[in-house]
Amino acid sequence: MNFATILKNGFVKENPVFIQFLGMCPVLAVTGTATNGLGMGLATTAVLLGSNTVISLLKSLIPNKIRIPCFIVVIATFVTMTGMIMNAYFPVLFDALGIFIPLIVVNCLILGRAETFASKNSTPFSIVDGLAMGAGFTVALVVLGAVRELFGSGSVFGLNLLGDAYPSAAIMIQPPGAFLALGILTAIFNVVILKKMKS
Amino acid sequence: MLDISASSLFVILVSAILVNNFVLSRFLGICPFLGVSKQVETAFGMGMAVTFVMSLASIITFIVQKYILDLFGIQYMQTIMFILVIASLVQLVEMIIQKTSPTLYQSLGVFLPLITTNCAVLGLTILNIQERYNIIETIFHAIGAAVGFSLAIVLFAAIRERMEVANVPNAFKGFPLALITAGLMSLAFLGFSGLV
Repeated sequence: MNFATILKNGFVKENPVFIQFLGMCPVLAVTGTATNGLGMGLATTAVLLGSNTVISLLKSLIPNKIRIPCFIVVIATFVTMTGMIMNAYFPVLFDALGIFIPLIVVNCLILGRAETFASKNSTPFSIVDGLAMGAGFTVALVVLGAVRELFGSGSVFGLNLLGDAYPSAAIMIQPPGAFLALGILTAIFNVVILKKMKS
Repeated sequence: MLDISASSLFVILVSAILVNNFVLSRFLGICPFLGVSKQVETAFGMGMAVTFVMSLASIITFIVQKYILDLFGIQYMQTIMFILVIASLVQLVEMIIQKTSPTLYQSLGVFLPLITTNCAVLGLTILNIQERYNIIETIFHAIGAAVGFSLAIVLFAAIRERMEVANVPNAFKGFPLALITAGLMSLAFLGFSGLV
């Protein structure tokens, strides 16, 4: 194993959103705009980085039988810290993401990485894994947020791209749009990956 | 004393089931919704297990919030406390069911561990506190949320059972098709907005 494989896994081969379908709730819920998607992605990455680091450091101390509750306490601590920092420095984003900040605790992506990677690998590898998975998650959220925002209100990151004449399809920003957009994006991702695997 | 009227409880119930359906409009509990919905029977089992845990968790977290967190002014510990309450509750419920009713355990058993990381449960308990519900309203909100979750997952499983045999393009097989189906269901539930 080396750093390059871990990075590649996080972005493409084991992409948390498009391949593993982990952490779907925030993916669907907060991607009404690209900005919210980016904020959620970065917050998740911060928690993932922290929990991967601490869990890989503590892996020999945590008894195997109660490892899951231990992981959850570590994760919840980082989530609380991230929430407080966001509340202090990015209050608008904090309000927009709302309940989905505390819900990072139950994002299966984070517990999944703790269980399958950080509890079995050394700290440097775990840090890179946290960054790679977090980046893969963030990119997916930003792409989905940008697509929804573009069709839903004609802008990306609040920047009006399609002009005022564009009849915005508000459905893309509403709940059904999240499911439809992610479904179509996953299908496109499938086509690209399948083609690559064949060639 | 508690200030409650039957009509306000009814509004909470209907809005949690249909208007703000936990799965289709609040996006809580998507993982089990997509993961455990291949058969109607298992979907129903999951719905029942979630109903059970949601009702109990709502009551216990309400007490924890009022008599521990608010009393000592440590509201920032909410996330950690609530997830611990839910995790131990799930474990406890699993042990009790296993001892008292083996048949029920067989039908619910496999779903119970999954519920700890079901964000619908943690989300519900946090929403209860955010909306400043009293204990009666909390219970009605929990029942509404659980019924809404069960309704969505059972309907979705019924649709997926039919689609198993349908011929779909390769790229859409599996997850993308499930998402688009969920999108159409969500569109239907959007029709309930403005009802309450």
